[in-house]
Amino acid sequence: MAKFNVRGNEMMGDLAKDLDIPFERNGALVVCIHEEAKDGLQDLYNRGIANGVKELKILNREECLELEPNLSDNVVAALYAPTSGIICPFILNIAMAENAAVNGVDFFFNTEVEDLNSEICKKCGEPIWKIRTNNGEYKARYVINAAGVYADKFHNMVSEKKIHITPRRGDYCLLDKTVGNHVHATIFPQPTNLGKGVLVSPTIHGNLIVGPTAVDIENKEGNNTTAAGIDDLIAKANDHVKNLPMRQVITSFAGLRAHEDHHEFIIGEVEDAPHFIDCAGIESPGLTSSPAIGEYVGAMMKEKMGLTDKENWVGTRKGILHPGDLSLEERNELIKKNPAYGRIICRCESVTEGEIIDAIHRPLGARSLDGVKRRTRAGMGRCQAGFCSPRTMEIINRELGLPYTEITKNGGDSKLVIERTKGVEA
Amino acid sequence: MEKRTLTCIGCPMGCQITVEFEGEEIFSLTGNTCAIGDKYARQEVTHPERVVTSTVVVEGGAKDRTSVKTKGNIPKDKIFECMEAINEVRAQAPLKIGDVVIKDVCGTGVDVVVTKNCDAA
Amino acid sequence: MTSYDIVIVGGGPAGLAAAVSAKNSGIDSILIIERDKELGGILNQCIHNGFGLHTFKEELTGPEYAYRFIEQVYDLGIEYKLDTMVMDISHDKVVTAMNREDGMFQIQAGAVILAMGCRERPRGALNIPGYRPAGIYSAGTAQRLVNMEGFMPGREVVILGSGDIGLIMARRMTFEGAIVKVVAEIMPYSGGLKRNIVQCLDDYGIPLKLSHTVIDIEGKERVSAVTIAEVGPDMKPIPGTEERYTCDTLLLSTGLIPENELSRSAGVEINPITSGPVVNEILETSIPGVFACGNVLHVHDLVDYVSEEATRAGANAAKYVMAGCAEAEGGKTIQLKAVGGARYTVPSTINPDRMDDLLTVRFRVGAVFQESYVSVYFDDERVMHMKKKIMAPGEMEQVILQKKQILARPDLKTITITIEAE
Repeated sequence: MAKFNVRGNEMMGDLAKDLDIPFERNGALVVCIHEEAKDGLQDLYNRGIANGVKELKILNREECLELEPNLSDNVVAALYAPTSGIICPFILNIAMAENAAVNGVDFFFNTEVEDLNSEICKKCGEPIWKIRTNNGEYKARYVINAAGVYADKFHNMVSEKKIHITPRRGDYCLLDKTVGNHVHATIFPQPTNLGKGVLVSPTIHGNLIVGPTAVDIENKEGNNTTAAGIDDLIAKANDHVKNLPMRQVITSFAGLRAHEDHHEFIIGEVEDAPHFIDCAGIESPGLTSSPAIGEYVGAMMKEKMGLTDKENWVGTRKGILHPGDLSLEERNELIKKNPAYGRIICRCESVTEGEIIDAIHRPLGARSLDGVKRRTRAGMGRCQAGFCSPRTMEIINRELGLPYTEITKNGGDSKLVIERTKGVEA
Repeated sequence: MEKRTLTCIGCPMGCQITVEFEGEEIFSLTGNTCAIGDKYARQEVTHPERVVTSTVVVEGGAKDRTSVKTKGNIPKDKIFECMEAINEVRAQAPLKIGDVVIKDVCGTGVDVVVTKNCDAA
Repeated sequence: MTSYDIVIVGGGPAGLAAAVSAKNSGIDSILIIERDKELGGILNQCIHNGFGLHTFKEELTGPEYAYRFIEQVYDLGIEYKLDTMVMDISHDKVVTAMNREDGMFQIQAGAVILAMGCRERPRGALNIPGYRPAGIYSAGTAQRLVNMEGFMPGREVVILGSGDIGLIMARRMTFEGAIVKVVAEIMPYSGGLKRNIVQCLDDYGIPLKLSHTVIDIEGKERVSAVTIAEVGPDMKPIPGTEERYTCDTLLLSTGLIPENELSRSAGVEINPITSGPVVNEILETSIPGVFACGNVLHVHDLVDYVSEEATRAGANAAKYVMAGCAEAEGGKTIQLKAVGGARYTVPSTINPDRMDDLLTVRFRVGAVFQESYVSVYFDDERVMHMKKKIMAPGEMEQVILQKKQILARPDLKTITITIEAE
């Protein structure tokens, strides 16, 4: 786990550059608020050094407060990791997916794997996987299981050596950009066996994020927030950061980490299921580790399948153009060429129609309101899409020819409107 | 004799007014604290009326809906009948505020009129 | 850079009335900048009637009320730009805006009138627990979808919050064939007008549950049920009072927030109670020549008061432009204070030399008061004591101050408005 984490962190800078993903090494502080726990901080430091984490430092109280004036009054010391960074998880994923698509990977959405069986190919003598889905059957020489909280389900379909993954829910609160500079580094409490604890951090887009909690649940779809979770979150965050402006919350949400019973990443070919590769139990620091896991599994596949480097491999991707990053002259040049860049759709995040159209028409383009939101930030601001929803729907309707009644918030049955008034056909 | 308790809409006080009445005749009216309440309650138990507002479908317009209202009050018990009539309307653009889209809606003697201009496409 | 004497940010009821008034006060160079495709602002989606009793002595629908002003803007030849977003207002009144045709452009304004209105508080700001499916709308967004775009957000509806838009939407959705199951309000009183509670809820048998809030939202893709519970005086849900409603839609009408991002970036001082600019007796903000009116200044209950306020802002901005500078700068300043039940006052300060003969001071109360008094103190002396049968947070209150009364007291420092039991 540590090896992937350190390697992933190393890789992230170049990856972000290549795929045009906003990324910043803002540093992290693991804050100690009990004098008697200071030894634990030293242990953490030693472990980090042993794992190859660079530039680690232990800061005393004064140094901590100089760096982060809003740390709790109880802070006694902190472990400082300047190489720690922040990135948008949506854009990281989408950028990698777009890049994969451009390089020839086919994506089948709304396709649920129902059964997995292998048989030995009569021609080559190697296992061939038959993947039955709600959208028909697929065949493959190898299956990579990267199913998150469902990774155990698929693993257990093919292996007698069962694994168990617990969905570990984490509630988060996202705060308004006006308080995004409450802290500058990512502030962690000293870790416990339930994970890294509730952190307080600026986001790459300038909001402040507080979370996550860690609650083990049964329901693999249970990403609902709870009152207890949010209360717990606020209480815990206040332990190590003071004056948290919780009145500035613009949204709260929850996600599930795929916690494997032994708290390990399970990466590799399943012993009793040849050609079935697990990437299971990828809980935090899974996102940081992901490029390293990809590198590792990629190399493994190359060897197993005897792959050679692709000649026309495209290693870079251009992100969605943000007119806000341009000079006034450049911006007006752009609007002259494409007037859609002159029309603001999301007032809170200043997202233009041009950006939304780009998000819809690029590889693996957006099909839903959340799809647009995660690519462009339209609807992610302080009014939480109250203003832009009808306008974004209009653009999706026009660009994709999708009837309004078929436009969803986030795929599936998450339809936004159900019919037209006055009995008119939609 | 019928007895009904209403909330007065004259001011934020919202007096609970109890009226005993039969048909047009009012036997007692209690709970109001001013003359507005008295007038409101009398009207409300004998001839409750409302203005109905909604939208109609516009054909050949810059937009495919425009807003309408009953030009005056209609009896409260005709509201949903009136809505059904409004739902059937297919008005032709251009439309101007005050244009009649339904004459004498549901026999109330009241017209349904446009409340927002709608240009032709 | 282009320049205009007066730039008005927002073409809703406040911006329109301010423009008409400024023009009638003798200013010809006026530009209204509106982000929507048409003038009229939020009134375009408020198709219900009840607007304009004070202004026009008749009950109009929102679009009709707006059109009375839009027509004047046309007739007076006032310039406006539609589909144009103001991106920035600088401290020295350079307005940066953008649209498809002109790109990003800057205007030097002699005076700026802020008339951006307000927005609705979203679910996120309320931290309502549960899932995040489709079918959760702020009442105003649903109002736009139903009334302007002709779409039904759902068929079975629960409404959280009893603000006027929520009440109005309860009736609208009922008219269009939906079933509105309940309106839950966390406060022990409604934030809406009594008339709306009776005519939008009672008329259709829709229950209003005071001191209730939403404690859970079910539905992974589309809302499938909502659970509400009674709250105690600490606003926390009381265990055992939960009631579950199956529904496909949750509408939120839980408060309006003046939209002051532009004002803040310009450096305008904001009143933390109203979330609107601090203004003086001529509705001028802390930046000379920048005025504010309507819901961007403080959330109003009636549009008539918006028009009245905006008319004053327009006239004052015109005066400012004609004088070429802030008139009577350096005059003395009397502070207005709201205490004891009164939450805020608009304006916040008065320069007696500049005030009109009669000045309407508007405020809201923080709770329901019955048989109480609105009292006005000039420093320590009570000068007004008016009995009110009822005052509620959902409705604005006012007192009218006389210039001569204030001028008669050269030492006056503070005017205090308070609510007293006797």
